Amino acid sequence: MSATPHTAVMDPPRVSKKAIAPSRGGRPWTFYVLAALFTFYVIALYGPMICIYILSFQDVRGGLVFPMKGLSLHWFVDLFTQVRTGDVKGAFDRSIKLAIVVTAITVVVSFMAAMAFRRRFPGDNIVFALMIGSLVAPGLVLGIGVGLLFNAIGIDTSPFGSALGAQLSWTLPFGVLVMFAVMSRFNPAWEEAARDLGATTWQTIRLVIIPVLAPGLVAVALFGFTLSYDEFARTLQTAGPQNTLPLEIWSMTLNVTSPSLYALGTVTTIISFVIIAAALGTIVFMQRRRSARANEN
Amino acid sequence: MTISRPIQSWLYISPLMLVLIPFFVLPILVVLVASVFETDGFGGLIPTFTLANYATVLTSGLTFNLYLETIKFTVLTWFFTLLLGFFIAYFLVFHVRNPLLAIGLFLICTVPFWTSNIIRMISWIPLLGKEGLINSALLRLGLIREPLEFLLYSSFAVVVAYVHQLTIFMIVPIFNSMARIDKRVIEAAVDAGASRFDIMRLIVVPLSKSGIALGSIFVISIVMGDFFVTKVMSGGGSASVVGAFYEDISVLQYPGAAASAIVLTVILLAVVSFILRTVDIRKEITQ
Repeated sequence: MSATPHTAVMDPPRVSKKAIAPSRGGRPWTFYVLAALFTFYVIALYGPMICIYILSFQDVRGGLVFPMKGLSLHWFVDLFTQVRTGDVKGAFDRSIKLAIVVTAITVVVSFMAAMAFRRRFPGDNIVFALMIGSLVAPGLVLGIGVGLLFNAIGIDTSPFGSALGAQLSWTLPFGVLVMFAVMSRFNPAWEEAARDLGATTWQTIRLVIIPVLAPGLVAVALFGFTLSYDEFARTLQTAGPQNTLPLEIWSMTLNVTSPSLYALGTVTTIISFVIIAAALGTIVFMQRRRSARANEN
Repeated sequence: MTISRPIQSWLYISPLMLVLIPFFVLPILVVLVASVFETDGFGGLIPTFTLANYATVLTSGLTFNLYLETIKFTVLTWFFTLLLGFFIAYFLVFHVRNPLLAIGLFLICTVPFWTSNIIRMISWIPLLGKEGLINSALLRLGLIREPLEFLLYSSFAVVVAYVHQLTIFMIVPIFNSMARIDKRVIEAAVDAGASRFDIMRLIVVPLSKSGIALGSIFVISIVMGDFFVTKVMSGGGSASVVGAFYEDISVLQYPGAAASAIVLTVILLAVVSFILRTVDIRKEITQ
């Protein structure tokens, strides 16, 4: 627009750099203050976690604080063999299976809901309000409500029944919000082009919308998996007699005062990191393939 | 085959409703119903309408203190997460010049969000404890003679754990709305002679409002609805509304607990709808 006469006078890169206020000329003093704040934040974010990962590798004399006493895998073995730490293996198994089911449902249902929300429809504000309500409601209260409801109907609470539903009431609003952000970058012209070329609704969704949104759907899957895998408050009263992993960790924080607790923290974080890396890797792979194809054409 | 548009929209939305109705609407209604029943003292409910449970909740000094304590933690956590979240997002969007580096640093901030909250909470124990890293470092440096007691199992530890867990909920939405600010607006302000403080006050803050609102909703609702951070990190010294609810449930005092939960939910909804009135979140995210 009106920037053209300016660029004609001065050389372009300097103009754009000079004009963005905080990076005018050299670094302003706020840069150093905020860089220090950021560094402090990242250290405080990762520091404590790294401490417990290190402490989980102590030997049998190990305690809950530094200094390190020896170096071994004792507490990892202890974690999976001792009875007093509960059924950790079973809890792992249940949590991962439950998270996979929650992920699959979250991706499909969030995608469909986000498709609906692209247009206004009668009652859309009510649906939106219910979604926000479900997101902000205190998890434990909701969990108790689900427990009482199942009790009243006469169904036993179980990980893949009541707990699955309770977790979905938390992962779905999240997933839909993420889908909103993903959809806002979707250009409706592609969809119209597909229609004009004679594609049916289902073909448009399968061949145009889903491939374009695929990286966003992977992000929703990552949310679904990790929110379920780490969910605690809503699961506490709905999982029935069999624990999921966060419930196992919770009971350990109250009963176990050995580095087994830290070992469990290390193991569960490794799983989280594998999931995060897989999701981010998939997104990067999709973007690469896409730009490679774009270059070919 | 042509379906009318509203019906098509409702077909798309129906799976979501099939989850929200049985797992959000009905459970809340069940709690609401339980809150006006009487207890037989053994975990059973007597279906007679009474408001006595609410009278107890609203007049008891004990519950008043519980709410006060919960609100204290909520306000402190909200304040610190907002401060940190705003300036970290500001730093990433406006100070880091290389966009790839900015996204990398942003990802570094978000990774812990995808790991267990409980583990992140207990990871403060080896640091803040009486024999923890911070105390032993300060002792060795000769800055203190006795270990600082207030670091762990205190209100301080509760706030530290909350801020550690929840700052991410501020960073992400604020980063999102800041990244969408048109740089030309800021250039225009610079050309018109605005100082950097003016730009912050008159452009960046107003245009980040939706991010701040969204982050605030997350932080406030999570802290108000939480109980295990308060329970573990205060060492039993502090209680929270939901913590007391949990205790009541475990001794089968359903109606009283339900009344308290409803009061909490009403307060929470009031705060959230107040925030939602100041900014149209749906329009902000979908546009």
